[in-house]
Amino acid sequence: MRQTLIDIGLPVLAVLAALLLFGGFVAAGGINPLEMWALLFKGAFGDWFSWQNTLQRAAPLMLTALCVALPARAGLVVIGGEGALVLGGLACAALPLAMPLPAGMAGLVMACMAGALAGAAWIALAGALREYRGINETISSLLLAYVAIGLFKHLVEGPLRDPGSLNKPSTPALAESMRMGGIAGSDVHWGLAVGVALCVLLGLALRSTTPGFSIRVVGGNPRAAQLVGLPASRLVLLACALGGACAGLAGAIEVAAVHTSANASLIVGYGYAGILVSFIARHNPLAVIPVAILFGGFGAAGSLLQRRLGLPDASVLVLQGIAFVLILASEALRDTNWRAFWHRLAAPAGPSPAQLAAGDKVT
Amino acid sequence: MTADQWIALVAALLGGALRVGVPFLFVSLGECLTEKSGRINLGLEGVLVLSAMAAFGGAYLSGSAWIGVLVAALAGAALASLHAALCSLPRVNDVATGIALMLLGMGLAFFLGKPLIQPQAPQIPALPLGQWSDIPAVRAALQINALLPIGLVLALLLWWGFARTRMGLVLRMAGDSANAARALGYSVKRIRLWSTMAGGAIAGLGGASLTLFYPGSWNEGISSGQGLIAVALVIFARWSPLRCIGAAALFGGAGAIGPALQSIGIGWGYHLFNTLPYVLTLLILVLTCRPGTAAAGSPGELTSNPQ
Repeated sequence: MRQTLIDIGLPVLAVLAALLLFGGFVAAGGINPLEMWALLFKGAFGDWFSWQNTLQRAAPLMLTALCVALPARAGLVVIGGEGALVLGGLACAALPLAMPLPAGMAGLVMACMAGALAGAAWIALAGALREYRGINETISSLLLAYVAIGLFKHLVEGPLRDPGSLNKPSTPALAESMRMGGIAGSDVHWGLAVGVALCVLLGLALRSTTPGFSIRVVGGNPRAAQLVGLPASRLVLLACALGGACAGLAGAIEVAAVHTSANASLIVGYGYAGILVSFIARHNPLAVIPVAILFGGFGAAGSLLQRRLGLPDASVLVLQGIAFVLILASEALRDTNWRAFWHRLAAPAGPSPAQLAAGDKVT
Repeated sequence: MTADQWIALVAALLGGALRVGVPFLFVSLGECLTEKSGRINLGLEGVLVLSAMAAFGGAYLSGSAWIGVLVAALAGAALASLHAALCSLPRVNDVATGIALMLLGMGLAFFLGKPLIQPQAPQIPALPLGQWSDIPAVRAALQINALLPIGLVLALLLWWGFARTRMGLVLRMAGDSANAARALGYSVKRIRLWSTMAGGAIAGLGGASLTLFYPGSWNEGISSGQGLIAVALVIFARWSPLRCIGAAALFGGAGAIGPALQSIGIGWGYHLFNTLPYVLTLLILVLTCRPGTAAAGSPGELTSNPQ
């Protein structure tokens, strides 16, 4: 109970402190922080229009956060989700060019599966490099992400380019019937449902299935995993492949639901924001859902801050950076003995009003 | 291709390696210094971007490129000391902190650097070392960044310092066995704080050469992973400042292939050639790392080593 309270309380405190610090940061630039906070809330959760924008951004964030969370539970820090995302989007857009797809739902599912497979392969490669060659997966996954982005640009601006896309090189657009629509006529596409479903499913799988438990053992105590004879390398690869599949799916869904073709608009940093979301959620897939919605909201409010207050579009990045630093720093408070802390705070404060009152009478 | 084209290509490659390699040299020296004390700083990517912006801003506002260089070193040291301070807290992991600082450094740089995208800033002077040649391509290639000799001297100094001075010995001891350093009464935290900060300042010089020499302007795509490649480059250089020079030249050359081919009119595969430094890094890691063992020459306390 106390543990759960701390698990939830510390990240909440860290995010609140990040908002406070960010307020100080913009105040130093001569902007009223109260107005900034109000706009941030309004742009994120103020009305139905903002909510649609927020949820639209939360969907890929959930999936890219899973790309960090699952390997993290197996003991790996993978930060190359952006690479899996762009390759997933590319695979989704390229599949109809490679083979004739059935129209409608079946074609959409196949294209999304292609995206998930591409992402899974990319992150599993980072996992394999670590398991079989001993290469630090944090470095290799980010290097692979840069390679993926180069590959993406090469193919989109070269062999796969739609000759009709003049100003902005793109692949040919997906057929109308294969696009992913909105939920109940809104702008929020079905990718959100996919994201929430995967977070819940994978969260439950980690908690109460044998492979999920094995993955947590491998991540929590590799020595114990070895002693009970778990196939550690295979479990690590499984976690990486599942995480990569989620990020790849995020790219595929962005293409199928938002951009309709693979182009440079896909590379907007969902992969990097997903790292932060996963760390705040403490790599717990269920907790990823609310955190992704919160940071999707901050992303959605970014353009409002830009228009109303003249803040640069990078202000959301600053907020994310501050939040990331504070969430890590807050871990240092975990071992604090809070009861002793409150006692120490209360001890001088307790008798002081009486003393003050007494003092008032004397003087 | 004709002979002239070959000369132009080789000159462009050489010149490119010299220009592109300088930031690699500084960042890898900074990372080398930090890692020798037993801490890994993945945040040097953020340090590089922030100091690149700070250099450009400093030079633009003061009118002197060298003030820009100084501002860059200070900005780099400031961000790196935040890394050091966070890492010295209990339960805080240096890899995760590095990722956080990468994001924070980039965010701050893009935020504060927004007004700096258009203007021109005074540049670091070039040393014309190609005067002996009458081929213009060779002359252009041998316009050397004035920070390059500073970097070379710094590499020598670090090598000498690690090997021959008391300070270097204590620093290496903190990196190889923190307990030994503690037993002798040194504060490991303080040693790591200073070396992380100094490493950030050195990496900041790399940022300055990005915006004040080549490419010579500030934009949001100024660095794409050079700071992170430097971490791998230090592994390749087996934590020796002298070998960092060769490694930086190699990576600079790999990074220069794309622009060099474009300069002689081969536009095909520009983006593919630009991924060469990353692919090269991965290949080198594959060749130098062995599963279950620490890389040769690595400081014993590094968290990137397998436990």
